[in-house]
Amino acid sequence: MSTYYLNYLEELESEAIFILREVWAQFQNPVILFSGGKDSILVTHLAKKAFHPAKIPFALMHVDTGHNFPEAIQFRDDIVDKLGVNLIVGSVQKSIDTGRVAEEKGKNATRNALQITTLLDTIEEHKIDCAIGGGRRDEEKARAKERFFSHRDEFGQWDPKNQRPELWNLLNGKYFEGEHFRAFPISNWTEMDVWNYLTKEKIEIPSLYLAHEREVVKRNGSWIPNSEFLKLEPNEDIVKKKIRFRTLGDITITGGIESDADTMEKIVEEVSTMRETERGNRSDDKRSETAMEDRKKDGYF
Amino acid sequence: MKIDKNQLLRFTTAGSVDDGKSTLIGRLLYDSKSIFEDQLAAVESSSKQKGIEGVDLAMFTDGLKDEREQGITIDVAYRYFTTPKRKFIIADTPGHIQYTRNMVTGASTANAAVVLIDARHGVIEQTKRHTFIASLLNIPHIIVCVNKMDLVDYSEDTFNAIVEQFEEFSSKLLIKDVRYIPISALNGDNVVNRSEHMSWFQGSPMLHELETLHISSDINKIDARFPVQTVLRPQRKGFEDYRGYAGRIASGIYRVGDEVAVLPSGFNSKIKSINSGDKEVEEAFAPMSVAMTLEDDIDISRGDMIVKMNNQPELSQEFDVMLCWLNNSPVKPRTKYTIMHTSNEQKAVIKDIVYKMDVNTFKRNEDDKDLKMNDIARVKLKTSHRLMLDSYRDNRNTGSVILVDESTKETVAAGMIV
Ligand SMILES: Nc1nc2c(ncn2[C@@H]2O[C@H](COP(=O)(O)OP(=O)(O)OP(=O)(O)O)[C@@H](O)[C@H]2O)c(=O)[nH]1
Ligand SMILES: [Mg+2]
Repeated sequence: MSTYYLNYLEELESEAIFILREVWAQFQNPVILFSGGKDSILVTHLAKKAFHPAKIPFALMHVDTGHNFPEAIQFRDDIVDKLGVNLIVGSVQKSIDTGRVAEEKGKNATRNALQITTLLDTIEEHKIDCAIGGGRRDEEKARAKERFFSHRDEFGQWDPKNQRPELWNLLNGKYFEGEHFRAFPISNWTEMDVWNYLTKEKIEIPSLYLAHEREVVKRNGSWIPNSEFLKLEPNEDIVKKKIRFRTLGDITITGGIESDADTMEKIVEEVSTMRETERGNRSDDKRSETAMEDRKKDGYF
Repeated sequence: MKIDKNQLLRFTTAGSVDDGKSTLIGRLLYDSKSIFEDQLAAVESSSKQKGIEGVDLAMFTDGLKDEREQGITIDVAYRYFTTPKRKFIIADTPGHIQYTRNMVTGASTANAAVVLIDARHGVIEQTKRHTFIASLLNIPHIIVCVNKMDLVDYSEDTFNAIVEQFEEFSSKLLIKDVRYIPISALNGDNVVNRSEHMSWFQGSPMLHELETLHISSDINKIDARFPVQTVLRPQRKGFEDYRGYAGRIASGIYRVGDEVAVLPSGFNSKIKSINSGDKEVEEAFAPMSVAMTLEDDIDISRGDMIVKMNNQPELSQEFDVMLCWLNNSPVKPRTKYTIMHTSNEQKAVIKDIVYKMDVNTFKRNEDDKDLKMNDIARVKLKTSHRLMLDSYRDNRNTGSVILVDESTKETVAAGMIV
């Protein structure tokens, strides 16, 4: 301790806590976007630290596509219970039923893009002025361009070519009626940092991240889990594999990787030797070169 | 002194458009094996589409559609990589003058700046502007990379001439630590690996320099400053009387029992407890995020500052700052801007423009009173209430301000307290 400097995990933690407190101080009605994935779990854990011994002052908001891993939903409900926070659910099914959006058609149909409308509708309905996300700059090339405080116009849109300057630790969260912000407290964390921290802090995560036996089919080079939503193509076979997931999205599009890593320590070990990014198995990103940028401009997470 | 491999170095690129900043970062990531296979495959296929042979290294950071179409960087991209010696956060910033505001965004938190110069063109106005901004931002370490050495036959004379040019103009600036390296970002000479074409160069490749910079002394550990972000009042059993002042220590060290003053009110008290997350600690230092409680019940809220009794910042409503104007619409005289300083927010007006800097000659122009986009000037500010001020040279965190135009809500200027 005599040298008085922080190691990088401590520094990243301190930065994230600073941003979470800044959100609380600058906004009227902020929420944490909670997907049940490791990044939103991390953000929630950091929020607990930021406001200790007070309760987390944010509600959790989940955009529910209906195409969930049951384990992730269970995990969500447990954490809400444990923390005593409010849960706001935006339902894509409801958006479909009320005609706000139409289900995609065709072989590669997903509900991924439909989430945008549900997300923005829910933000509007609950008068949310800041949605805290677990997005990280190392995830994807458009995300690499995000500010900590990221402005969204009246239509929920991101304008990457005209972002506000963001200097030092001075975060400008000012907006006009109808606009909102996204805040990214773990912008500067890498996948490796997240795993190291989750392990060090012994934070619980859904079992899906750990290696387990599961029924899967091979599709576009990754293992897609069997589920009630899976439409089998003629040439596809369901097989049993020991796999784990590096990210969690919709069960219909999130591919697993073959792995024996069934403890946190083994995951850390495995991630350090990975040659592909974690989103490499997400078909939502593979649709085009600018799939993420295009969705983000429209208001995506 | 040994460097802790768990320490984080933040560095930024700087220099004129097309000098090769993004290519350099691409090369650095590629040669240090920090590129994932799917990223490489994606960039290979995008490069092919653009008719480029091999990989366009700049695409590892130029991720926006418009950037790839135009072949320039528009906004800062952040990249992360680790070597056995150190962990890095890179901010790859745009060189185009139109996007200077994004350059300062990336540079404002950097410990080091890598300034690129095209060996064919030498030092040009934009090199000077960025170097001047880097010195204003008080970036402690500057590495000047003379790039595209492959296009000048790896000439030692060309390199030396540019070093001389740079020394000549930078001697007028306050820069603590400058090093020079001749490189070819495109081919990888002196980036990660030593060049085979420039045996005349005795120094180390760029990565080695970055791995061995000493940054421990970059944070001010002397002047204790704790801006209060928010007050924690848990409505919970066992904590009925708890009043925690939450914030990130801007500088210095705090210990339980320290005699402190609360500013601007000036009330004195003692630190009763310090919390880091859910742990109680005896001492805490910058840049830790903590919550403190005090022995006495004092009215404290966001924007106040807790300091040591025997070391206090200046309290003032009128002061000088070096201001970088970052917005398309120029300064409007008599406008009341919102000033953000630590966690404090007040109104401010620009009373006078003392002088404008000519970034080409570093001459001060005292007659020109228009402040437009990308202008840098010394101005006199007056604020609606007193601020707790340190000079930026002494303290990056308590010496910096931004101005917000309430009619657009945009951040229009960045200022460094003189
Ligand atoms: N021959 C040669 N060409 C280079 C070298 N480094 C970069 N280039 C080329 O210079 C051009 C501009 O490179 P970029 O890396 O995009 O330049 P930049 O400094 O990032 O430009 P902005 O971000 O727009 O300011 C590209 O065509 C590169 O291939 C080099 O070492 N040698
Ligand atoms: Mg560039």
